Amino acid sequence: MSALTPIAPGLWTDEAEPRLIGARRADGEIVFPMPDGDAAALVEPVALARRGTLWSWTTQGFEPKEPYSGPQPFQPFLIGYVELPGEVIVETRIVDAAPADLTIGMPMIFAVVAFDAARSTYAFRPERQP
Amino acid sequence: MTDDVYIIGAGIHPFGRTDGRSGRDQGVVAVRQALADAGLAWPDVEFAYGGSAAAGSADIMVNELGLTSVPFINVANGCATGGSALTAARNAIAAGACDIALAVGFDKHPRGAFNAKPSDYGLPEWYGETGMMLTTQFFALKIQRYMALHGISRRTLGLVAEKAFRNGTLCDHAWRRSPVDLDTILNAPMVNDPLTKYMFCSPAEGAVALVLASARKVRELGADAVRIASVAFRTRPAGSFEVFAPSVAVNGGGKPTEVASRAAFEMAGIGPADVGVAQLQDTESGAEIMHMAENGFCADGDQEQWLAEGWSEIGGKLPINTDGGCLACGEPIGASGLRQVYENTVQLRGRGGPRQVPNAPKVGYSHVYGAPGLSAVAILER
Repeated sequence: MSALTPIAPGLWTDEAEPRLIGARRADGEIVFPMPDGDAAALVEPVALARRGTLWSWTTQGFEPKEPYSGPQPFQPFLIGYVELPGEVIVETRIVDAAPADLTIGMPMIFAVVAFDAARSTYAFRPERQP
Repeated sequence: MTDDVYIIGAGIHPFGRTDGRSGRDQGVVAVRQALADAGLAWPDVEFAYGGSAAAGSADIMVNELGLTSVPFINVANGCATGGSALTAARNAIAAGACDIALAVGFDKHPRGAFNAKPSDYGLPEWYGETGMMLTTQFFALKIQRYMALHGISRRTLGLVAEKAFRNGTLCDHAWRRSPVDLDTILNAPMVNDPLTKYMFCSPAEGAVALVLASARKVRELGADAVRIASVAFRTRPAGSFEVFAPSVAVNGGGKPTEVASRAAFEMAGIGPADVGVAQLQDTESGAEIMHMAENGFCADGDQEQWLAEGWSEIGGKLPINTDGGCLACGEPIGASGLRQVYENTVQLRGRGGPRQVPNAPKVGYSHVYGAPGLSAVAILER
């Protein structure tokens, strides 16, 4: 995994158990990702929780048009939203699951995964009971 | 009221695919039809507003319609282009700037899902590169959660699409004119779970034009007029869940449709129970279901019974999307919102033919929703 370059800088922390980087606004609300430009001066970066619950999900069975730049041939994938309690609900890839495995409210855990041969992206996967 | 504004002419170019005719030329066809319907000619138009999302500027139409020096304002407001043109034309008359105004919307999109550019929506490139920037995903994610929270079944999603295609068979401006049975809809390839390909509308082509007039002009012409009781157009409030959202607030919030709907009802001085026919944004089956509640016509979850009992059918207690909606007509962005107003005008005038809502509806309600979270509502009264 260390050979892969993140799909964009500043999306998650560089630590053994990486976390997404959100932005806390002056009114306390957290958004993701960190904004660009002048808006960045108005927020505080905040490392988000690694665990949350599934808020919604769907399948992506057909290849999106540009600017999608995933690996060829196209591999269907899952996306969804994961609620990080008390923080924010983030849109994310979902990995290591099939549609039949997914139930709204189930526990999810953060992961950095390969996007293609050269780049990594962030995702959540169902948190298995030990 | 002296500032009442009326629709006195309505024209439409059939939706779908018209090879060899540009979107703007389809707009010209709709304008000529609307003028003929109103018994007017192009030089009678004192102010014009119009636009498209992907088929160029509207004011070039004067080349075909006539060089009358009419002030013509191009409107470019995404999914609300038509609604914005209607709002502006209505307000011009209400303000006393003119007695006859035109609102026109048209479009012509390439086949397949829309491909949006992240930078146009203030989003980073990775959001598009990783395959998250699809409007179809948003609608699937929204209805997936809604179904879990409010007990809506996949079958009910299918019933919405089945109704749309059935209504489309009765409508000469619809694109999809053949019925599709429930099993075919439910068993079709999945686009984004839980929505199959028959549950989504497609980008398309088409045009709509409306001729608006002041009360004074309506009396002078003895026009077959429908009053615009209200128009309300709103962007999203804080905390809402909208298309192209990398994150959503945990505390939730309002919805642009709820805000626009409340404003429109308040301005018209009526409520949901007064509405006799409604056209609601049905980008896909789930959108119609959720918009029934967001516009105040039922409680969350009641749609399961509504669809099972046929209450939103032509002939039901509140007919919804009587021309087949976006599902049967397709979605040419610049024309789609005005199509809904056109259809309500047809219904309130009693000109719906085989799709006419029985018992002469008096109030027509239309609602358009689009990226990045805006809604426009228009209420017409006979």
